Order: sequence, then C-alpha cells, then structure tokens
Amino acid sequence: MDKSSRHAHTELAELSLLDKRLINLLQRGLPITERPFLEIAEQLNSSEDEVLERLNHLMSSKVLTRFGPMFDAVCLGGAFTLAALAVPEDRFEEVTQQVNSFDEVAHNYRRTHHFNMWFVVGAESEAEVNQVISDIEDKTSLPVLNTPKLEEFYVQLYLPA
Amino acid sequence: MSNYTSPHNLQLSSLERQFVLLTQSGLPIVAQPYQYVAEQLQITEADVLAMTTDLKERGIIRRIAAVPNHYKLGYRYNGMTVWDVEDEYVSEFGQAVGRLPFVSHCYLRPRHLPQWNYNLFAMVHGKTTQEVQQYRTQIKDLLINVLQVRNDDSDHGIKLMTNDILTSTEILKKTGLRLKR
Repeated sequence: MDKSSRHAHTELAELSLLDKRLINLLQRGLPITERPFLEIAEQLNSSEDEVLERLNHLMSSKVLTRFGPMFDAVCLGGAFTLAALAVPEDRFEEVTQQVNSFDEVAHNYRRTHHFNMWFVVGAESEAEVNQVISDIEDKTSLPVLNTPKLEEFYVQLYLPA
Repeated sequence: MSNYTSPHNLQLSSLERQFVLLTQSGLPIVAQPYQYVAEQLQITEADVLAMTTDLKERGIIRRIAAVPNHYKLGYRYNGMTVWDVEDEYVSEFGQAVGRLPFVSHCYLRPRHLPQWNYNLFAMVHGKTTQEVQQYRTQIKDLLINVLQVRNDDSDHGIKLMTNDILTSTEILKKTGLRLKR
C-alpha cells in the first residue's frame, strides 16, 4: 500500500439504507423552502423527525462535514489560483511551513509528481494573489507554477454512499 | 475572460454579506433552518427565503447541500488527472470530460512550457487505486484524438507526456476559503 493520506485508515462509516439515500439526496441539494427536510422525508417515505435525527447523527459522527449554502468562492468577491512548487525532498517540511504561514493559502496538498506541493491561494484581488505568489517565491527561493483557472467546465463533488 | 476575479454585477448588499458570514460555516439541521437565519439577521423567514433564492439565481449560491467526508464513505483515493489537449478542442472536450459522472472538478488552466504542458485538469475520486486508474483510462479514451503529442524537449531534459495523474498523499493544510469579516 502507499503511505497514502493520513486519512487512509479512517474507519468506514456504518450506514443504513436511509443514511445512504439521505447522503446522496443532500449532496445533490435541497429545495429552498421553509421546511426542506419535510420534503426530503416525503421523498424517502420517512418522517421529518427521523430525517433530522439521522442527519444530526451523520454530522456528529463526521460522515457529513458541512450542511448549508455552497457558495461560489469567486462570486463572493475574491480572486483565487491553484499553484505548485517542485520542492526538494530534504526541504519539504521547511517549505510546507513557509507556504502554510501565509493566511491566503487555503488548501495545500502533497502530490505524487515532480511538482509535489499544490496549494490554493485566495485573496481579495488578483493583484493580491500575485503578490502572495511572489512573496512565496521570495520566502522559499523556489519558482512557483501558477495555474489560475481560465475556464470552468464542471464543479460538483458527488460521491454516492 | 477573467473569471479569475468576480464581476461587479455580483456585488453583495450589506444584508447579503451578513447572510454569507452567518451561513458560510453551515446551517443548523433543524426543521426550519431559515427561521434561525431570520432571527439572527432580524428579518422575516420569508425574506430569508427570497434572498436565498435570489443568491442562487445569481450563481452566488451553487446549491443548498451537505458535504460528505470522502474517507468515511470509502473514497480513499483521489487523482488530479492532467491533460495536454489541443487548444482548439479544449472547450468542447473539457465540457465532455466534466460530464463524466466520476469527475468532480474540471478546469482549463494555463500551460507553462517547457515545465508544464497540461492545460486540462479533471479531479476524480475512487474507493481503490484501480478504480482511479480506470477513470483515467476512460478520460483518455474520450480525449484520445485531441491530445497533443510533443517532441521531447531535450534541451531541458524534460519528457513531455500527453497526460499524467497526481495523487494526493498528504493534506498539508485545509482551512477552506472564507469571506473575511
């Protein structure tokens, strides 16, 4: 096996059929109405109380990590980019700390490639994003591969339970 | 075509900004979640529903939904597949790749030759490494006639392939993107 993510050994959740159907429906989205869970319950031949009880359980057991509006980050008035570094293995820990020290770095992953560190930079404007990229280059003495999105074809994570 | 920054017609009103700040970490799972928002913002539930619907129509809210923990559902493996697609075909084929059910994100991004020749990024998730590899093969089948075959850039000693897959092996940071107060 690979030494995969530290989550590789996270235990699998035990899910009932109702849980699975709820997870699948809720990833797709809820109607915007006063009592959205009542409509969901009706679709699943369940009750509003049971749906709420199961969902709260799925949240507290961290099978679901978030429930609510999925905002388009760009529409919220920011600028973003995905960027990468080719970090020498013996500097990996040091560079991780240097990159993560920027508040504007939201996500950072180690990946299997010559470019082995991939991170998302988010700031108020494109100019600020570019400044952060340049600051990261200064701090790490490594050239950043900057790959802002030019066009979006699809974004929706759907993982059937 | 900079959708790298937000267009001005999507500016938020002050009340909408408060709504985002209140709900970006989530809504309570209760019978009437919008009633909770109404109380916090001191407006009516009907106004919250109208505002939420409007934000969705403007594309600021993609949907009201739940996000599962990949790992708890058994999706232990993800791969960022990257492709060198001929420029004139990339929009058409990018949309086709985006329509594949196992692709969660699909973007056009700039090349940086000679170090980086890939312009199409598609993220896939699977329960086994074999499943992820099989998704890569399916995408390749779809793109086979529009992949750019380049001569090796011997000056730089870099072998340019038509595609690759970058698997994440460690989360180094994950704070999420948030609107600041």
